[in-house]
Amino acid sequence: MTTTRELVLNTEPFLLNIGPVHPSTHGVYRMRATLDGEVVIDIEPVFGYLHRGIEKLMEERSYTGCIPLTDRLDYVSSMTNNLGYCMAVEKLAGIKVPEHAEYIRVIAAELQRIANHCLAIGAMLNDAGALGTPFFYLWREREKIYDLLEMLCGQRLMHNYMRIGGVSQDMPEEFLPALKKLIIQWQRFIEEFDFFLKQNEILIARAKGVGVLSRELAINCGISGPVARASGIKRDLRKDDSYLIYDRFKFDIPTGENGDCYDRYRVRIEEMRQSLRILEQARKQVPEVPAKAELPHLVHPPAGEAYAHIEAPKGELGFYIVSDDSIAPYRCHVRPTSLINLTALREMVRGWKVADLIIIFGSIDITMGEVDR
Amino acid sequence: MVIPDFALNAPLAMQVTPADWPGGYWWHWLFFTIIIIAFVLIMVMGVIYIERRGMGRMQSRLGPNRTGPFGLLQPVADAIKVLLKENIVPATADKVVHWLAPIIAFSPVLMIFAVIPFQNGALLADLNIGILYIIAVSSVATVGVFMAGWGSSNKYSLLGAMRNVAAIVSYEIPLALTIVGVIIFSGSLSMNQIVVAQDIPYILVQPLGFLLFFIAASAEINRSPFDLMEADSELTAGFHTEYSGMKFAMFYLVEYAEAIAMSAIITTLFLSGWRGPFLPPWLWFLIKTLVVFFVMVWTRTTLPRVRIDQLMALAWKFLFPLALVNLFITAIEVIFWPDISQWIFVGVNIVIAALLVILWSKLFKIGWGRLEV
Amino acid sequence: MKFENYGIGIIKGMAVTISHLFRHPTVSQFPEQRLNISRRSRGNELVWSREKCTGCATCAKACPQGAIEIITSTNLKENKYEVEKYKVDTGYCIQCGLCVEACPYDALFMGYSYERAKYRRNDLIQADDELLESPERPVSGYFHPEIAEKLPKQTLLVEKVTEKRKQE
Repeated sequence: MTTTRELVLNTEPFLLNIGPVHPSTHGVYRMRATLDGEVVIDIEPVFGYLHRGIEKLMEERSYTGCIPLTDRLDYVSSMTNNLGYCMAVEKLAGIKVPEHAEYIRVIAAELQRIANHCLAIGAMLNDAGALGTPFFYLWREREKIYDLLEMLCGQRLMHNYMRIGGVSQDMPEEFLPALKKLIIQWQRFIEEFDFFLKQNEILIARAKGVGVLSRELAINCGISGPVARASGIKRDLRKDDSYLIYDRFKFDIPTGENGDCYDRYRVRIEEMRQSLRILEQARKQVPEVPAKAELPHLVHPPAGEAYAHIEAPKGELGFYIVSDDSIAPYRCHVRPTSLINLTALREMVRGWKVADLIIIFGSIDITMGEVDR
Repeated sequence: MVIPDFALNAPLAMQVTPADWPGGYWWHWLFFTIIIIAFVLIMVMGVIYIERRGMGRMQSRLGPNRTGPFGLLQPVADAIKVLLKENIVPATADKVVHWLAPIIAFSPVLMIFAVIPFQNGALLADLNIGILYIIAVSSVATVGVFMAGWGSSNKYSLLGAMRNVAAIVSYEIPLALTIVGVIIFSGSLSMNQIVVAQDIPYILVQPLGFLLFFIAASAEINRSPFDLMEADSELTAGFHTEYSGMKFAMFYLVEYAEAIAMSAIITTLFLSGWRGPFLPPWLWFLIKTLVVFFVMVWTRTTLPRVRIDQLMALAWKFLFPLALVNLFITAIEVIFWPDISQWIFVGVNIVIAALLVILWSKLFKIGWGRLEV
Repeated sequence: MKFENYGIGIIKGMAVTISHLFRHPTVSQFPEQRLNISRRSRGNELVWSREKCTGCATCAKACPQGAIEIITSTNLKENKYEVEKYKVDTGYCIQCGLCVEACPYDALFMGYSYERAKYRRNDLIQADDELLESPERPVSGYFHPEIAEKLPKQTLLVEKVTEKRKQE
């Protein structure tokens, strides 16, 4: 609901710099907010503090050597970044991925999606003022996922697991039993987490109706991912432009109606449930015989260009690669999900108070690694 | 030196000193002053320990456990650290105001303990206006907070202090009205008499009163979920930004000492103070105070923060009308049926409390929503 | 009339919090309790095997950072390369493991230890004999399944839901 204030006092707006060093955990992002008392009138974003020149660096390295660089784009969910890049190069070079590797890719991507949503919800609730309790619960469960990912590839954060034409190494034999236990424990945890927080009156008062992103604005700005789905746009690349083997699995796409912070939080929780469904189906269907893939060591695609996009946890992540018949890409451009989702922040925030600004910014779920590259 | 009137007239002295006390008025005063100061300082340390360990266990982690066995020396370590820090005063600050503020914030809290009964008749001064004295004295702490905000010459401290003053002044009213409900039942303002009159603890006879008092008390002492002023409040760092060293220790002490004071008041008013079967009465008092404090820690761990306009709306639109209705119903019960057993009141009041809370929350609208800019 | 927002959400939340008070916290007390890291861990260091290395420099070409430096000379009598200097700047290394994957002779391994910090930045540049395997520098099973089988199994949180105070 929107109200108009009658100004009894003649007030002047002032400039407040919400600096790059934040109490919230979203990276180095600077907002210059024009406030009138508590009410936000306008914000001006300043970013670029984390620019490392990843796209330029990619021109100097071989195709396989670029994969560690794509890890560092959205540093929270590395598997999906690797996946997008590898799919783009495979499209360019016409390489076919064996089936066993595709199953492993799907399992890794869905595990990464759950882990990313844990971080997103935990950080948003931390900004809302719950002194870390939901954050700690989610983080404990995220540890279980990271143990599994560490078992696959050896590191917890910069995975560097996907290769062009498959994955780097096969799953160890204790992976699938551990995955089974994880799915059972996670299903119990999501029920407990919903019981904990879904009907909490203070959260509903803070997040319901706050920061509404209308459907038209979302489509015009090119928003994708859970933010768009919460505004009512039913679009998910896993179903609309199906890649890998997602067409073999049965899952739903959760959407919200209003597009406020509460809907974004609900959409992420429902997406975690659907990812658990996909994981359960994938675990049962993994083919027994691992296929040995023919991976060329130095990938040498023919000259041309290709664009591949995937449904990363934050939205639509795309890689556009131009090759000129050498061992390094001529140009590689990343469609940064977080940056494009951030363009709607200004419209979402006007008229709300400072405390709402923080929670709205947390609910969009950005990572500065992707914004600045 | 002017000898006080009551020290000269022995019969009036009975009001503050029990007749069988060895040594007369001044020894009694000295003994209890030392006990109260020791009690407050030691309880603050114990309470800090309970809060950190309890909050840690509820967040599925341990609290501090390295300093001393089971982390028992952690508050001591905190105290030593804070004492050794440099005392920085901003150059443009108002020196006298800046220096006086912690003292004015801390003294009323210590003075509250003068009228809280540790045992039957064991208090510093058994004033027959006990509870009125408490309400009067605890309002002075607000002045201390405002002086801290003003004396810091920092516009964010001033904003934080003004928010704090607005919140405290608003929450005084439901607090006072709920206390009147208790007084009607007990028939006397003296704290010792209130405990003696509680054959059934007033938490059962006045359930709505207890709930309102607990919420108003949490807001008065800036505990979560109403801790906008104290805990890393998103942007502005609160009224005690510019304080360091011993002065900051005073503010930190004020916060926990007020929490203990409110717990002690709740114990005396609603949980029948020092009464209990087997253990010595002062031990019962201690246990009940710690239980009430633990409930405060419990709510702090679970709930996110409310926004400032939601805070004010809660005080004026939810607590204040319910406190009035509570007072009205209590008065009717005591006037028309003064002689029947209080257990009937217990049943009736619990039903009325549940009905009122459910109905009122349906009608209650929180906050303003989005403003047109 | 639907009844909501009358406090039931808060009560449910508080029930969950208090139930956590009675569970074991998921905390492991480092350094008394140490968990086993992954068998394929890509640790801080690179371990080189002088016998198997032939000086082909495939690892140096595969490294995205260019952290490996190899100087070889020809040995015409035995008809092979002789590696004079094999230098790795582990400060520049991003532990991606591409060199281990690239080596055709299985002469490179990633390190398995994780407490190998140095006091000076120059100590991070390691050459020749400092890179050999030793008891302080165990090797991990990244890309070497036969070594991975011999290492202890990784402790998983899904197996240990409660953490005991003493390590068993």
